[in-house]
Amino acid sequence: MLSFVLSRLLRAFITVLLVMTFAFCVLRLSGDPAQILLGPDAPQEAIDAFRERWGLNDPILVQYWAYLRSLLSLDFGMSMRDKSPALQLVLERIPTTLQLTVPALILKIGIGIPAGVYAALHRESVADRGVIMLAVLGFTMPSFVIGLLLVLIFSVTLGWLPSGGQDGWIHGILPTLTMSIGGVGILARFSRSAMIEVLGQPYIRAASAKGVSWRDVVWKHALPNASVPIVTIVGFMIGSLIAGAVVVETIFAWPGIGRLLVVSVANRDLAVVQCLLLVIAGTMVLANLAVDILYGWLDPRLSRKSGVH
Amino acid sequence: MSFVKMRDLRVAFDGTQVLHGIDLDVAKGEAVGLVGESGCGKSVTWLAALGLLPGKARVTGSVTLEGQELCGASRAALERVRGGRIAMIFQDPSSSLNPVVRVGRQITEALRIHRALEGDTARNEAIRLMDMVGIPDARGRFNTYPHEFSGGQCQRLMIAMALAGEPDLLIADEPTTALDATIQAQILDLLGTVRDETGMAMVFISHDLGAVSHICERICVMYAGRIVEEGPVQLLFDDPHHPYTRGLFDAIPRLDGGRGRLVPIHGTVPDPKNLPQGCTFSPRCPRATGFCRDNLPLLNPQPDGRQLSCIHPVPVYGQRPQVLDCRGSAAA
Repeated sequence: MLSFVLSRLLRAFITVLLVMTFAFCVLRLSGDPAQILLGPDAPQEAIDAFRERWGLNDPILVQYWAYLRSLLSLDFGMSMRDKSPALQLVLERIPTTLQLTVPALILKIGIGIPAGVYAALHRESVADRGVIMLAVLGFTMPSFVIGLLLVLIFSVTLGWLPSGGQDGWIHGILPTLTMSIGGVGILARFSRSAMIEVLGQPYIRAASAKGVSWRDVVWKHALPNASVPIVTIVGFMIGSLIAGAVVVETIFAWPGIGRLLVVSVANRDLAVVQCLLLVIAGTMVLANLAVDILYGWLDPRLSRKSGVH
Repeated sequence: MSFVKMRDLRVAFDGTQVLHGIDLDVAKGEAVGLVGESGCGKSVTWLAALGLLPGKARVTGSVTLEGQELCGASRAALERVRGGRIAMIFQDPSSSLNPVVRVGRQITEALRIHRALEGDTARNEAIRLMDMVGIPDARGRFNTYPHEFSGGQCQRLMIAMALAGEPDLLIADEPTTALDATIQAQILDLLGTVRDETGMAMVFISHDLGAVSHICERICVMYAGRIVEEGPVQLLFDDPHHPYTRGLFDAIPRLDGGRGRLVPIHGTVPDPKNLPQGCTFSPRCPRATGFCRDNLPLLNPQPDGRQLSCIHPVPVYGQRPQVLDCRGSAAA
């Protein structure tokens, strides 16, 4: 088990390193921060001084080496725009994003999984068809369409909820809803198909033949078996908790991680973008690691101890 | 008096009739074999009796257990019967055990439901049952998972689970089909021992006549959702009257005598959606006449004690097959 976790940690580290390197190169190939930050009318001397100040004149390998060395001392660089530490900017935004993504995740799990399981248990009923239809609608509609529709209905027409900003929990309702609808659809569909597959297995009929009540057949025999694919999807969702939602935060002017990313990319604020990608990749990789470990616990056939893969 | 009594049991899936009125009695302590090719309705008969068919199946007729009607009974009533009065084991033992639940717990679950045993009492009884069905080191393997057992051991565990509810009748639905020949013999021996020790009745569903003759006193031969011949094992073996029964015997390889070609039954079981006119076996029957193709024979009692539904039965049977020695050979 320990060697399994260690090997996974090593792989996670390599993944993060690759993401970091890729981001580093692409950012430097895609435009000159000096010209973007200082504007088109800036005098040449100012631009040269800016480049010198941030080390942009060095060869890219030298810059990369300096970046890696500073990372080792947990220095994530300074924002070129705010002149404040990039890590601080990013950490400040994380709670703001979690205010949206955590309630959205609870909604996805709390509505998606029960709806999918219910549909599977009442297969081909009206409820089942309703769940499928809504689920497909939910995850095929892009979030900007859902967001704008909700604004149109609840802000413009009914005037019940604010259409943007971050001033109290009432402002979070529409962005949270927008963010959760797609996930609810995905989880409902996955839970439904996982349950249907499990319910068709011989051990379900064998459990019924043993005299186990239908309730216990569903809760103790079917659900634990259906949980593996569901946990995979939930793991992805947990991994993207911090990444937030670039589109949704932009629509609702919510000052979270997503907005910071958009603004920093537009300004070529190198250190901030790099730091953001590092944090996002890190949480995603950790969530995947947690899911991998969870598999062995949920399904003993996948456990490393017995050597059966 | 019969323990289980079926009268005119019919099953239809999406409007397609697959069981055409089964009349079958099982007495207390009796062992009955249900034979026929795949798709004859052998398993469906008992799944229907226990209410284990999927929701789209339409079951009509009557199945009584010591006078209690099971057909259309409430879910709670059926759950008390399943495992407690009538237990069932299945064809594919490895996938009939829940892969994510420890085997010990799967057995104690049945003990809790049917005998209200909890905690250490349940644990000890489960270990005793595992021991009884021949699981080596039962105590040590109580907490292991099904994938750590072989196919034959999984079937032993299924039998232990079935015995946990102390049922009066065990339905063994092709319990040896998925196992290799030596393991088949062991499982058959185990079923025989279990029956001797508990005195429970057994219905043995199989297409393997050798296996059936080893265990059962009485045989029902099914074809296309009907019973076509029924009677004591020895009578049907010595002197099968229905051409289908005869065909099943002829398809068994013989250990004694000359090495002749096996006589297969040509064709396949008809599609339930598209049953032939008249006797459903007539298209495959060497003895069928025009009359057979127009008229459906009924299952009628014969003077020698069997029941038969055939207009042109096989008159004499020349040699007696040595089926008792060829357990494990497939008839179909």
